[in-house]
Parts: sequence; structure tokens; C-alpha cells
Amino acid sequence: MKTIAELLQQHPFFQDLPREHQEFIAGCGENCIYQPGDYLAREGAPADDFFLIRAGRVAVETFVPNHGALCLQTISGGEIFGWSWLFPPYRWTFDARALEKVHGIRLNGKCLREKCETEPALGFELMKRFARITTERLREARIQLLDLYGDKPSAGTAAP
Amino acid sequence: MTPRPFRVDRRTEEYPGAFTLHLTAIEQPAPAFSPGQFNMLYAFGAGEVAISMSGRPQQLEGTTVHTIRTRGLVTAALARLQEGEQLGVRGPFGNGWPLPEAKGRELLLIAGGLGLAPLRPVIYHLLHQPRPRAIPNFRLFYGARRPGEMLYGTELQAWSHEMPVITTVDHGDSAWSGEVGVITTPLKRADFDAHNAVAFLCGPEAMMRFSIQMLLERGMPASAIYISMERNMKCGTGLCGHCQWGPNFVCKNGPVFCFADVQNWLGIHAL
Amino acid sequence: MYNFVLQADDLDSLIQAIRAQGYEVLGPVVQDQAITYGPVACASDLPRGWTDEQDRGHYRLKRRTDGAYFGYAAGPHSWKQFLQLPTRPVWKAQRTDHGIRMTEIVDEAPAVAFLGVRSCELHAIAIQDRIFIDDHYRNDSYLNRRANILTVAVNCTAPAETCFCTSMQTGPRVTLESDLALTEVIDGQEHYFLIGSDSYRGGQILNSLPVKPATARQLQLAEAAVDRAAKEMESGSRQFDSGDLKELLYRNLDSPAWDEVAERCLSCANCTMVCPTCFCSTVEDSTDLSGETAERRERWDSCFTRDFSYISGGPVRADTRSRYRQWMTHKLASWFDQFDSSGCVGCGRCISWCPVGIDLTEQVARIRELEEPS
Repeated sequence: MKTIAELLQQHPFFQDLPREHQEFIAGCGENCIYQPGDYLAREGAPADDFFLIRAGRVAVETFVPNHGALCLQTISGGEIFGWSWLFPPYRWTFDARALEKVHGIRLNGKCLREKCETEPALGFELMKRFARITTERLREARIQLLDLYGDKPSAGTAAP
Repeated sequence: MTPRPFRVDRRTEEYPGAFTLHLTAIEQPAPAFSPGQFNMLYAFGAGEVAISMSGRPQQLEGTTVHTIRTRGLVTAALARLQEGEQLGVRGPFGNGWPLPEAKGRELLLIAGGLGLAPLRPVIYHLLHQPRPRAIPNFRLFYGARRPGEMLYGTELQAWSHEMPVITTVDHGDSAWSGEVGVITTPLKRADFDAHNAVAFLCGPEAMMRFSIQMLLERGMPASAIYISMERNMKCGTGLCGHCQWGPNFVCKNGPVFCFADVQNWLGIHAL
Repeated sequence: MYNFVLQADDLDSLIQAIRAQGYEVLGPVVQDQAITYGPVACASDLPRGWTDEQDRGHYRLKRRTDGAYFGYAAGPHSWKQFLQLPTRPVWKAQRTDHGIRMTEIVDEAPAVAFLGVRSCELHAIAIQDRIFIDDHYRNDSYLNRRANILTVAVNCTAPAETCFCTSMQTGPRVTLESDLALTEVIDGQEHYFLIGSDSYRGGQILNSLPVKPATARQLQLAEAAVDRAAKEMESGSRQFDSGDLKELLYRNLDSPAWDEVAERCLSCANCTMVCPTCFCSTVEDSTDLSGETAERRERWDSCFTRDFSYISGGPVRADTRSRYRQWMTHKLASWFDQFDSSGCVGCGRCISWCPVGIDLTEQVARIRELEEPS
């Protein structure tokens, strides 16, 4: 069986991170498996975790009373979910639900924050990786917002 | 060039506002076409509209297939055609997808919305290659607005048993088990050798631009990326001037262009 | 080739000789206070003693002090109207018992002689030939008409203020082939035409005329008249170097000059209608009241209209800036990529007939000026 450090090494998010840092972070993590329908996160609940998805698909959702759960985005193996643990008040903004059997690594947010504080070089490296992913997610969300395939693509306002 | 009469043999509803016509030529058989070419379809008295070929390139069964979205007067008139009724057809026109470029390389088909229609003949071609296949590796990335607004649902299912088919929608619903998000996300993640792959893109222009950005980020050279452009077409023969895009007549120099040749024009607004 | 002299008093014999060969003669006539092209039955139909005064957004007929027949410059209409018809039926469609049938409408191409074709206009016709005849697909209506045209060219000795053919290397001297070519000379009491032919049928006509071999002096006077026209333009404000136009415009697709001109341009499409090379067309489909018969017509279109670039959802060129840029960049730059030549012959019509006086040559200069670091 592989150690957490080895699993971290295999995930794109932690790839090429110095071995000692991987070992250091591994202390915050545990293996996790979710069955289809299981929630990884619930809107408004304490955001204690950061997930590395190894396999399976997760839906990021929000519940609208007269529509049910609306899926904003799906996240697949090789991607990450969750950054609400980074900043107070440490609560989830959206639901995250397993669509298939999900294999992942769950890292404790508080533990990660403390590690980052004590090891600023590691903290900066992780922040860069998060910034890159949030930038990509923002880009994707913007493209989605354009409604490119609709009759009237828009981003809320029309160009003059 | 005068249209020739074709009969609607079969009409299928893809989703509200999009339909497919299966046509047979009344007089001589329809000419062969290359995937990516288009016909001008004439709705009696209403006018003509340029529509890509979306059937089998070998014209097996002698059928010409077009998938059409109802957007204006002419497409609305085509939408009203019943099985057995006739319309006029001129074509095929334009330059299609450069399949020989993909020989021995991996071919990525990237479609958005109705953009799957001009790529369907490519998929038919790829799946029916004699073995050993000249283009052994190929896959389809297909982005759509909603699960209910995807073309060729049954075929997509069937293709997914023969080739990788990655579908993603902007807005999922409770029945949707595929990806939700934009087409660039699976492109970012996909495992392919960017230096030995060719991409054919068809979809809304903005969708193609974002996808190209991602392909370039992945290390694909501009010369390996091909796009199918849409502009106003009236004659289909380069004589009426409407479809000009920089120095190109989209109807006769395109509609398929190599991105390396047109990247300067693609970035200029309202060209 | 200008080996013979035809006295001005005998000009009618030329017209009658052409008519005798079965051609309808079209030439300059005074109509609607302008010199336009129309049927010419005899020499007295020609605008003898008339000239024009042209400038930005300005065209006025004026009397000449001499009795020149061809003492005017390009008027509002070009020969384009007789080759690429402003509107024509393309096909008819009919509902039948079993379906529909489309039938091409082949129009009669009459044998027509163009009398008084300027060098810039010969160039314009040659440009349209490349578009409609020399490409993979042809415009058969144009081709049939073109094949039936006899051209009688006239060297230009009366350029207007708006002319810049010397900048575009298209005149004033006739260099392209025509069936017959003339130079009008007025020297004191003498008024005659130098005349020559380039073709067999031109030669046939020439042989039937009361001409005499030209003297060296007559040839020299004719040359001098054309030289004067060239010098007039070369020393005018619209002389410019057109050698790098394509590169200049391609470099400046985002020039502020486009915004400036869009402030004035009305998107009225006049420039495209008067231009002898603008070839864009559209089609219109209609049915009769019973819905049993439909027709398709082709008509001139302009890149200045909103519908021109329409694709589902809206026009690609929604504003005047992008439409003016399309027109000018097409004419002076992308035309080279498409048809191996400029799309502009320097006739100046777009300058005179612009209702707000936009001047293509000034726009070129402005783009250049804004590009150069100050």
C-alpha cells in the first residue's frame, strides 16, 4: 500500500514539490473514499478540508428551492476541490457531491495553515499553486457565463 | 449556379430549434463531398442558407444530411418542410478538413454546440477507415449548453464505445452524469502528445478562440490547429463578396482554415 | 498604334461604322446635369463643349471654351452597369405536381460598343474580369456580356481635380488593349482625333473611316495633350506613393484614423455604387401571390450596409468604423491577396460622390501620418 506522501507525489497539484515538503504535508492528510451521492462539503458548514481528487467525479452544486440542486461545475481525477479552509470564517460556499465513487486525499485545513505559517517557503509555493487554479477556475466560470452556445451570448451587458 | 431539387426523406428533431434533414436528389445523384464542405439550401421563395454537410462522406444510400438550427426566415422555412417535400440544393462548396494532415498523428475533434454537425462526417470517416487505420488515434471533445441541447445523442453514445468521447455542458441537470463546465477544462486535462497531434475545431468563434488558447498553452503548434469559420454567405462561389474576412473569402478559401494562416485576422474585432 | 487621323467633323462616321457592324453604341451623354453613359446614335449626342468641375462631394457641369467631345473626366456612372447589371433575374422556381423546379434565367447579351472608355476604366474592367471570369467559379451573365463588348478607348486629356490615376498607375494614357483608341487634339482651328486599332474588328471599322495617316506633328501634339494631363495630376494634391498600400493598411487596422473617418462617414454606400470595381452583390428571393412561382434576383450590394455582414445573431461589422475600414482595406490591400492587383484605379468617383466629401487619398495620408512617430 502506498503512503500518503507517495499519493501526494502522484497528484498533479503536488507534483515536483520537494520530497521533504511532501512528507511534511502528508502528516495532514488521509485517504478517503466517497460513494455516489455522498457529500464532500455542504454549503455553510465548517470548511475543515482540502481535497485532492484522485479518481471519480465530484459536482459543485448549490440548491435552489424551486429547481433542486444546480450543478455549477464538475471536478474530476487530477483536480482539487476546496479553498474555503484558507480564509476565515472557514465555511463552504457550495455543496460538493460525489457523482461516482470518488477516491481522494483529504488534507486537514487547519493543519495545512499551520504548516504554511511555520514554513513560509512551502506556504508561498502552495499559494502559487492555489492562485493558478483559482485563476483557471475564474476563466472557466467567465467562459461559462458567456453562454456561448445560446442564441444571444452575453456577459450581462452588450458591447456598445 | 441553379439549385437542384432534393426531397426530404426524413426529418428528425435534434432538440427544440435544431433539426436534421435527410435528403435525396431528385434528378442525378448528389455529388460526393469532403467532410467540412457545405451546401446552399434553398427554401422555396424564402431564400438560401449555407449549411454544412453532416452525413456520410461516401453518400452511402445516396443521402445528403444537414443539421440546421432555426435562426432566421430561411431556416424557419426549412424547419417547416415535411417529409416528402422538396427544397433546392447547390454545392458542395468550400474546402473541408485536411484529413491527410492527421495521418499517423492523434486527431482531436473539438466541437461546440451545433459545431458537431460539420465534424460528424469526419467521425464517420475515422470510424470506417480500413485497417490498419491511417489515423489510429482520435477523440471527440464536445461542449454544449445543456444536456438537452446536444446533437446526435444516440450516436454519441454509440461512438463512445469506439472512441473516447468527452462531453461537457455549461448547465447540467439532475439526469446528467457527464461533466459540467467548459470545453477548455477537459482539453487542459487530456492526455495527448501536443507536439504530435492535430486539432479540428468547430463551434462559436469565441469558443474556438478559448480552445485555441488552451491548445497553444498545451504546446500545440498553430500549424496543427484547424478551425471552421462562419460568415454571411450568399453565393458560395466567392463572387458576391459577403463572406470576406481579411483577404479570405470564407466560402471558397474556407470554411476550414489553418489557424497559423489566419491567426492575425482572428484577433481583429469586426473585421 | 495611333497611326491615323480622323477629323472631328467626321466623328459621326466612326459611330455609324460601329453601328453598321451591329453594335449598339453606348457613350457619354449629358443627362441629369452630369455626364453619364447612355445610347449614342450620332456624334451630336455626345457632350460636345461640356466639362465637369469636381472636388470632394462636388460635381458640376461646366461649359468648355472649346468644342471638345471628350473634355470631361469620370462621371457618376461607370461601365460596370452594363457588364455587372445593377439588378438581374437569376433563376425562376416553380411548384410542380411533384415538387419544385428551378430554372436558370439566361439573359440576352447584346452586342454593345463602349465609346469613350478611359484608361482607368479599362483597368476597372480588367479588374472585374479577374473576379468574374478568371476564377474557379464564373459569373456567366457578366461573361456573356463581356464577350460581346467592343471598346473604343479615349486617352484622357481632361482629368478632374479628384483624379489620381497617375498614383495608381492606371492612366491617363491608354495602355491596355482596346478595339479602337482615340486621342482628341484641339490646336487652334484644328480639331481631330488620332486613331488606331488593337484588334481585327477594330481594324475593320478603322478601314471604313475617312482617315489619313498621321503626321509627326499630329502625333506629337496628341502625346503632349496626354502628357499635360499626367503632369496636371502629378503636381496635384492627390499624387501619392501607392507602392506600400497593402502593408500600410494591414499594419494599421487599429489606426485612430478609422475612428475619425467614422465620425463623418454616413455609411450611405455611394462610394461603392460609383466605384467601377466594387463587385459585391446580394440576392433577393420572392414569390408571386399564389406562392406557386418564385424568383431570385441578384442586385448590387454594398459593404456599408448593416445586413452585408449579417450572421445569425447580428452583423459582424456593426459600426461605420468597421465598414469603412473593410471597404478601404479591401480596395487597397486585401484585393492584392485576392486578385493580384489593387482594387482602386484612381478615377476619383468615390471622392466626388461622397455626400460628406471623404477623400480616399486623404485617408491614406492620414493613416500614414498617424503611424509615423511625431
